[in-house]
Amino acid sequence: MGDKPITNRNRTSLMRKIYQNRYLLLMLSPGVIYLIINNYIPMLGSVVAFKSINYALGYWKSPWVGFDNFKFLFNSSDAWVITRNTILYNLVFIVLTLVSAVTFAILLNELRNRFFSNLYQSVMFLPYFLSAVVVGYLGYSMLSQEFGFINTIILAPLGIDPISWYSEPKYWPFILPIVYIWKNVGYSIVIYLAAIISIDKEYYEAAITDGATKWQLIRNITLPSIRPMMIILTLLAIGHILNADFGLFYQLPLDAGALYSTTNVIDTYVYRALLRLGDTGMSSAAGLYQSVVGFVLVVSVNFVVRRIDKENALF
Amino acid sequence: METTTSASYPLQDRSSTARRKQKDVLAVSPQTNFILNGLFIIYGCLCLLPILLVISVSFSDEKSIALHGYKLIPLKFSLSAYKYLWFDIHSILTAYGISILTTVAGTAAGLIMTALFAYPLSRKDFHFRGIFSFFIFFTMIFSGGLVPWYLMYANVLQMKDTLLALIVPGLLMNAFYVIIMRTFFQTTIHPSIIESATMEGASEGRILVQIIAPLSLPVFATIGLFYSLGYWNGWYNSLIFINNDEIINLQYMMYKVLMNLQFLLANAQAGSGPSSTEIANLPNESVRMAMCIVGTGPMVFAYPFFQKYFVKGLTVGAVKG
Repeated sequence: MGDKPITNRNRTSLMRKIYQNRYLLLMLSPGVIYLIINNYIPMLGSVVAFKSINYALGYWKSPWVGFDNFKFLFNSSDAWVITRNTILYNLVFIVLTLVSAVTFAILLNELRNRFFSNLYQSVMFLPYFLSAVVVGYLGYSMLSQEFGFINTIILAPLGIDPISWYSEPKYWPFILPIVYIWKNVGYSIVIYLAAIISIDKEYYEAAITDGATKWQLIRNITLPSIRPMMIILTLLAIGHILNADFGLFYQLPLDAGALYSTTNVIDTYVYRALLRLGDTGMSSAAGLYQSVVGFVLVVSVNFVVRRIDKENALF
Repeated sequence: METTTSASYPLQDRSSTARRKQKDVLAVSPQTNFILNGLFIIYGCLCLLPILLVISVSFSDEKSIALHGYKLIPLKFSLSAYKYLWFDIHSILTAYGISILTTVAGTAAGLIMTALFAYPLSRKDFHFRGIFSFFIFFTMIFSGGLVPWYLMYANVLQMKDTLLALIVPGLLMNAFYVIIMRTFFQTTIHPSIIESATMEGASEGRILVQIIAPLSLPVFATIGLFYSLGYWNGWYNSLIFINNDEIINLQYMMYKVLMNLQFLLANAQAGSGPSSTEIANLPNESVRMAMCIVGTGPMVFAYPFFQKYFVKGLTVGAVKG
C-alpha cells in the first residue's frame, strides 16, 4: 500500500532526470543505436550456435539442437589444433614483444643523439602502419620459392636447395613470430619509451653519485619503474590470448591450405567455416566458445590486475 | 611563502647547471653509443629490407627476375610492369576513389559519433553516466563472434555488395577511441568552463561544438588519424561482404592481385587493353610488386607527417574504464 506513491515519485523523478538530460541523451543516441546493431544484437544472436540452421526455414524457425554443434566441433581434431595454435602463438608473441620492446626502448633512451633515436624509432614503427595485405606482399617477396630473396640470395650461395615455404608447415612457427615482432614491436616501444622518459632523472643522479654502474641503473631504477606497465600490458594481452590477429594468420601464409596445421587459428577457422563452407553451426559454435572463454579470461585477468594495482585495472 | 620561493631561485639555478654536467655522466660512453647506433642501423635496415625489395622488383626486367630471382637493386631497369598496370588504370583509379571515399566518409562519421558519445560520458553531472559507460565498455570485453555479426549485416540489413558495407560494420565507432576521447575531455577541460557556459544559456550542442571541440583539437586529430588508418588499410570488410567486382577498394584489389594476377587484366577493356600476346608475356612478378607500390606508395609518403600525431595519441595517458 505504502509502496505505490514512492514508486510513482521515483518514476516521475526518473522522467524528470531524463528530461533534464535530454540533450546529452540525444547526443548519445547515434552511438547507442550503432552499438545495438553492431554489438548487442549479435551478442543475442550468438544463440545460433545452439541451432541447426535450415535456410528454407530461416533463422528463427530453425530447430534448436542444444550442444550438438559444440559436440561436433570438439569431436573434430580442428578444435584442438586451432586452440593450440592460437594460444601458443599468442604466448610466444607476448613474451617476445615484452622482451624486445623493453630492450629496444631502454637502448633507444641511452642513445646520445636525439635525432638518431627518433629516426630509429620511426623506422621500427613504420611496419605497424602497413596493412596485412602489404605484409602478404612483403612476405611473398622474401619467401617465393622460385624468386624470393631468401631462396635466391641467402640459401643459393650457401648451396642449400630452395625451400617451398608456402607448402611446408614446419617453418611457420618461426616465420609468424618474426613477422609479428617486425610489425608490432614499434607500437610497444613507443609506450615503454614514454614511460622511461617520464622517470625522474634525480633517481639516476643520486645513484650515479653513489657510484652505480649503468647496468645497475637499468636493473634497479629503470626496470622497477616501468614494471607496473609491463605487468598491465602483459596481463591484458593474456586476457586476449584466444583472439588471434586475423590479418597476420590469413594474409601472410597467402591462405595456403597446405599450411593449415600450423597457421590455422580460431579466427581464420571461423571465417573459413562460415564463408567458404557455409557451415553456420560449426563456425558459430567456435566463435561463441572463443567469446565466452575470452570473456572469462579478461574478467579473471582484470581481477588479478586489481589486486596488484587498482589504478591500472580495466574495470 | 613568497620569500622562500624567491630565495630558492639561485639554488635551483645551481642545481640545473649541475644537472647539465650530470647529464653527461648519465649518458653512455662514446664507444657504447657507437655500438648501439650500429645495432639500430642493422636492425633498421632489416626492417626496411622487404620494402626495398618490393620497390626494386617492381622496376626490374622480367627476364632478369626469371634468371636471377628478386634482387635488392634491379639488374636491368625496366618500367614494363607499370606500363602493364596502365592498361588497368581505370580499375586502379576506381579502387583509389572507393578507398578515399570510404576513408573520408567513415572518418568524418566516426569522429562525430565518437565525440557525441564521449562528451556526455565526460560530464560528471550527467545522471546516466554510469549506465552508458558500462554500455560501451561491455562491448570491449564481450562479443557475439563473427557469425551473428555477419548475419546481422548480410541478411538483416542487406549490406552485401554495397559501399555501406565498407563503412559501417565494425569500423564506424570504436569503443576504445570513445574512452580515449572521454578521458581527454575529463582531464583537459575544467568543469567550471562548462558550468559558466551553461549559466550564460549555451545549449549542450553549442558547448560541445564551440567550447569543447576547439579546446580538444589534438585529440580530434589523433582519433581522426586512427579512424582513417583503419579505413584506408581496411580489407576485412571487403573480404567478408563484397562479392562483385564493382566495389573493390585499393587494399582488396591488392589482395586479389596477390592471390591471382589474372584479376588485373580481367577488367581491362577490350580494344584499349593489352593484346593476347601481351597477356601471354605478362611480366608476372614485377607487375604484382608494382601493384603493391601503386597501392601503398602514397601512404608511406604521408607517414612522416602523421607518425608524430600518432605517437602523441598513444601517449595521451591513462585509458581507464
